[in-house]
Amino acid sequence: MDPLQIAKMIEEKFAGQVLATTSHAGQVGVLVRKETIRDICLYLRDEPSLKLDHLADLTAVDYSKYPGDTGPRFEVVYNMISTVHHHRIRVKARVPEEDPRIDSVSSIWQTANWHERETYDLMGVSFDGHPDLRRILLAEDWEGHPLRKEYPLKGY
Amino acid sequence: MVNRMSPTDTEQKKTIQKEMTLNMGPHHPSTHGVLRLVLDLQGETVVGVDPRPGYLHRGIEKWMESRTYHQIIPITDRLEYISCMTNNVGWVVAVEKLGGITVPERAQFIRTITAELGRLSAHLIWLGSSVIDLGAMTPFFFVSKEREFVLDLLEMASGARQTVSYARIGGVRNDVPRDFIDKCREFTALFPKRIDDYETLIRNNRIFMQRTVGIGVMTAEEAINYGLTGATLRGSGVNYDLRKVDPYAAYDKVDFDVPLGKNGDVYDRYLCRMEEMRQSNRIIQQCLDMMQPGPVVCEDARYAVPEKMSVMNSMQSLAHQFVLMSKWVPMPKGEVYVATEGAKGELGFFIVSDGSGRPYRVKIRAPSYVNLSAIPKMVTGHMVSDVIACIGTIDIVLGECDR
Repeated sequence: MDPLQIAKMIEEKFAGQVLATTSHAGQVGVLVRKETIRDICLYLRDEPSLKLDHLADLTAVDYSKYPGDTGPRFEVVYNMISTVHHHRIRVKARVPEEDPRIDSVSSIWQTANWHERETYDLMGVSFDGHPDLRRILLAEDWEGHPLRKEYPLKGY
Repeated sequence: MVNRMSPTDTEQKKTIQKEMTLNMGPHHPSTHGVLRLVLDLQGETVVGVDPRPGYLHRGIEKWMESRTYHQIIPITDRLEYISCMTNNVGWVVAVEKLGGITVPERAQFIRTITAELGRLSAHLIWLGSSVIDLGAMTPFFFVSKEREFVLDLLEMASGARQTVSYARIGGVRNDVPRDFIDKCREFTALFPKRIDDYETLIRNNRIFMQRTVGIGVMTAEEAINYGLTGATLRGSGVNYDLRKVDPYAAYDKVDFDVPLGKNGDVYDRYLCRMEEMRQSNRIIQQCLDMMQPGPVVCEDARYAVPEKMSVMNSMQSLAHQFVLMSKWVPMPKGEVYVATEGAKGELGFFIVSDGSGRPYRVKIRAPSYVNLSAIPKMVTGHMVSDVIACIGTIDIVLGECDR
C-alpha cells in the first residue's frame, strides 16, 4: 500500500490526533499526539490491511539545535514495516523537554523493550509502562544522556 | 538401612533448589567479543538471563553528527567489522536515497559483488566460530582458507582486507582491477564444492545435531515480534529478505532464492546460513556475467568523488576531491530510514538532515543488538551449554551491537 494512503487511514481513524504528514524521497512520516501513540501503534499492527508487524527501529531525535524548529524538544520516531505487505510507515511524536515521557509500546512489540531502553539511556526520554527501564549501553552510574545536543563530543 | 528422607537429605535438596547467579563474560571465549550475560541458574538449568551489552560502546552515533557524509564511510567499517562492505553499502544507499542520487550500473554490480563477498566472509567466520563453541575444532581451520581467498579479493578491489571503505556516495572508489574478475570466477567455481565438504563434517554429525536440534526455538510470530532479522528470522520460516523486499544495488537484476527454515531452532538457522552462502555465490556469478564496462561513480559533481586516476592526473579533479573531502557537501533537508540486508540482518540507517553537509542525527539500527534482545527468550529453560549454542546462532558482532 502507498505510504500516503496509510497516513490517510491513520488520519481517518484517529481524527484530530495527526498533527502533520511529511514526505521525503518517497517515505512518509506521520506526526501524531504523544497521548495516543499506543493506540495508533496497536491499530497499525492489528489492522489486517496494514499489518505493520515488524517494528524495525525506534529512536528519538533532539530538535533543540535544528534550524527553524520551534516545537517540543524531542521527537520519538517509530519506523515500521509489514512482513506480509512489505509497506513502510514512520510514526513520530513530539515530547517536551520539561516532561520527556511517552507511553511504552513494548507490550505491542517485544523488540521495543531494548530500543526504548537505549533511547532512555542515550537521549533521556522515559517510557511509561516499560517493564524494565534501565541504562543499557552506558554504565549504570553514568551521568547525562550523550545524544542530547548540549552534551559535548569530547572533553567531558 | 539409611532413612532416605533424613534431615540432611532435605537440607541438601533445599541447597540444590536455591538459585545461583553466574556472570558470563565480558571476557569469555564463546561470547564473540565483549558480551556479558548474567545468568540465573537452578542447578544446570537457566531460569533467567540478563544480557549486558555496552562494553564496546564508542558513541558512534554521536560521533557521526560531527562528520561529513563522506567521512562517515570509514566509521561504518567499524560497526560490523567482519563484513565491512555490507555496512559501506548500507550507508551510501541511505545517503543516496536522502539526496536522490543515481548510481551507474557498473558500480551497482561491483557493490553487489563486494557486499556478497563481505557476507561470505562473515558467514564463514560464523560457521567456524559457532561450531568451535560446540566442540568442533576442525571446521574453523578449513573456513579460514576460504575466508583468506575472500579477503584477498576484497584487497584487490579496495586495497584493504578488512576495513575496506570501498563504497562512495554515488558509486565506488575505483573500478575493479582487470584480474579481479578472473580471480573472482576462480573463487565462485571452487566455493560450492568447499561448502559441500564442510557440510559433510557438520550437517549430520550426531553430536552437532544433539546440541542444536530443538534448542533456542523461536516461532515465526515470536521472531517477528522480537524484531529478529536476517537468517535468525528466516530460520523460523518467515520470508523476509531486504534484498527481495526492498531491492537495492543490483539485487533486482539477479536471480536467487531465500532459504527458509521450518522449526526455528539453532539447527534450522545453521541450514539457512549454509544455503545463503551458496546463494551468495550464485549472485556473484551472475553479476560477473552481467557486468558491462562503464563509469563507476555518478556524473553529479556535487556528490561524486572523482576517480583516483583522474585525481592523480588532473588539477581540477584534485581540487574537486579536496573540496569534497575537506568541506561539506550540502544534502537536502529531510529524513530517511533505509534498511539493507547486512550479514547479520536488517542494517538500517535513519538519517535526519538539516540541509547542511553533516547529518543532524543518525540512528543505526544494528541487527546484532536487536537479535541479542531475544536471547532471554531463546535460552530460558535450557542448559548452560545451550546458551553458547544460542549466542553462536544469532551470530553477534559486538562492534555493531554496542556501536
